[in-house]
Amino acid sequence: MGETKRAFPHRNLIDITEYSADDIMMLLQTAQRFREVNERRIKKVPTLKGYTVVNMFNEPSTRTRSSFELAEKRLSCDVMNFGGSSTSSVKGESLVDTVKTLCAYKIDLLVVRDKNAGAPYKVAQASGLPVIDAGDGKHQHPTQALLDLYTLWQQFGSLEGLKVGIVGDINHSRVCGSLVPALRTMGAHVTLIAPPTLLPPRPDVMGAHAVSHDLDAELPDLDVVYMLRVQRERLEGAPFPSMREYSMLYGMNEKRNELLRPGSVICHPGPVNRGVELDSFMTDHPERSLILDQVYAGVLVRMAALYLLLGGSE
Amino acid sequence: MALMLRNAHVIDPQVGLNETCDILIRDGKIVELGQDLEMPKGVERDLGGKVVVPGLVDIHVHLREPGYEYKEDIASGTRAAAHGGFTGVCPMPNTQPTTDNAMIVEYVKNQAEKDGKCRVYPSGACTLGLKGETLSEIGDMVAHGAVAFTDDGRGVQDSGMMRRVMEYARPFGKVVMSHCQDEALVGKGQINEGATSTKLGLQGWPAAGEELQIQRDIELSLLTGCPIHIQHISSARGLEMIRRGKADGIQVTCEVTPHHLFLDETNIGSDYNTYLKVNPPLRTAVDREELIKGVVDGTIDCIVTDHAPHAAHEKDREFEQAPFGMTGIETVLGAILTNLVRPGVISWERMVELMAVKPREILRLEPVKLAPGSVADLTVIDPDVEWDVTEDFYVSKSKNCGFTGAHFIGRATDVYVGGYATMEEGEIVE
Repeated sequence: MGETKRAFPHRNLIDITEYSADDIMMLLQTAQRFREVNERRIKKVPTLKGYTVVNMFNEPSTRTRSSFELAEKRLSCDVMNFGGSSTSSVKGESLVDTVKTLCAYKIDLLVVRDKNAGAPYKVAQASGLPVIDAGDGKHQHPTQALLDLYTLWQQFGSLEGLKVGIVGDINHSRVCGSLVPALRTMGAHVTLIAPPTLLPPRPDVMGAHAVSHDLDAELPDLDVVYMLRVQRERLEGAPFPSMREYSMLYGMNEKRNELLRPGSVICHPGPVNRGVELDSFMTDHPERSLILDQVYAGVLVRMAALYLLLGGSE
Repeated sequence: MALMLRNAHVIDPQVGLNETCDILIRDGKIVELGQDLEMPKGVERDLGGKVVVPGLVDIHVHLREPGYEYKEDIASGTRAAAHGGFTGVCPMPNTQPTTDNAMIVEYVKNQAEKDGKCRVYPSGACTLGLKGETLSEIGDMVAHGAVAFTDDGRGVQDSGMMRRVMEYARPFGKVVMSHCQDEALVGKGQINEGATSTKLGLQGWPAAGEELQIQRDIELSLLTGCPIHIQHISSARGLEMIRRGKADGIQVTCEVTPHHLFLDETNIGSDYNTYLKVNPPLRTAVDREELIKGVVDGTIDCIVTDHAPHAAHEKDREFEQAPFGMTGIETVLGAILTNLVRPGVISWERMVELMAVKPREILRLEPVKLAPGSVADLTVIDPDVEWDVTEDFYVSKSKNCGFTGAHFIGRATDVYVGGYATMEEGEIVE
């Protein structure tokens, strides 16, 4: 890859609120340069050859892990996937001990997914190595936020002044924990749209500019409608009465599409519950739906993050 | 054997003392206080520049024995207590097995007798196994020396059960102490629900989950006539409920910990410091300031530490996996002297009330006074010594204290229990 204009000022990608607008832009621009690699017939560069990266996934994940793995492989890293049913925690080993064991293998970077908020920080502390948070509890998921920013930046040319509405289970969303503050840092205007039972105690602290319980009223003003996945698995003692009512009040569908202005787009971090938060008309909408662009952007920004955190080019 | 403490600055609001004098002790009791006392033979100590107060008592500690001796045991916990300036402690019954019967009460007493460095006043569980289902043998435990009853760590969830506990306990003349936590509302709450819980993505523990049960127990005290002591109060609204309860003449008392007085949720940062994971959680700066007002105006009856030792490996974990609690019995006096007494927020006399007089009153113990005839349980304080709290200062088996790194002025240097020194010049007497 080409030279970077300045040194990247971070060792970890754990808390997106520690990143300035310049830092985020540098990452997005780096992702943009990796796009070219991914458009080639042979989608691989030797940039990080010889580096060993461990994907430590202490919680089930398919999409995020695949995306990281592809990004690592396209940069020629040696990759070890660690986790699943083989996790040492099943045998009662503490996270700190597991990390120390991994470090003894002489690795260079850890990608961490964990059900506990703050676990990536603990891993960074215990390992002394660069860590990328691949989602921790309901805290943050910074690479998801970055891929969303990249997608919107590509779509709109700038993030400044963009009106973004985020709809759904914001309180349990680690995506929002990163996306909301990151959008704010980049100068976008964020409205959280959800019933009060799905909102965090302090939306303002999260970084939101506004809160609404009326999707129909907000839609005409939005450039971006960011739909969150409804956690089907979490319906017991659920914060809303039924999927039917949720879809009625907060689902994006063909009918609500009419409320959107031309040029407005739909995003979703996947996987989509078709017929709940999004109907097929919206999910597959050729102009509005950016869902697959987001997936592609995931590989690009993860390549960029790995590259920048491992110190740029040789 | 006789002991003469010379030139001590004695402070005891119970007898209106605040002056420099000598104290003569014989056979574990104070014989005389006055100027230039004479003693035919015995040990003399010059306490010039030191303050002597009735021995401090902490009515909320976890000594972890039986069951969790790797965190703390009665030997180490009572040494930590002496090191902090205490002559007595009331350990909570959430041991393993639970202190819910006379046998365990006896065991705790025996261990304290054998290995202890301060007096131990055991509390018993209100319900078997702290499960909130079956009354424990409160009468038998009283007969064997239990001084109070509590399901600390959990709280009695069912209001009908709590009423039964209080009604049944009333004729024994002991206080019921309540850990207020509505499980339905608190769930898996980790820290105060609000700005920090949002920022760190942690499940919130709303103050209402505590306040509901504070109000419930005040009403139950009115209904049953049983005195109720609210443990480790953390919120401004909870405090206000107690203030009103007292004004209504209800027999309600309460306690506060130094961490709820001097730390708040803003101290928990993106480092997810598990030492600051306590139950009830650290709340807001406003709550903290109101609690200090409650200490000043008397709504809060006493200072406790909720000394909750945990092994290093248990706290060196993901925040959500780490256990609740911090230690504090060795730092509380320094924190109170530095943050409240020295700046003049409270007087020395008020400190003595909060840490020595009221704790005994709440447990219905015999008072200790700086007066002839009283038991010689005494705490000697150097009011001017400046010190930094470092990990190697702790005598406790565990070091999970949120005040490590603090700079304090004043601490206990000597402690006498029944006329015998348990600590001299900062060192535990073995």
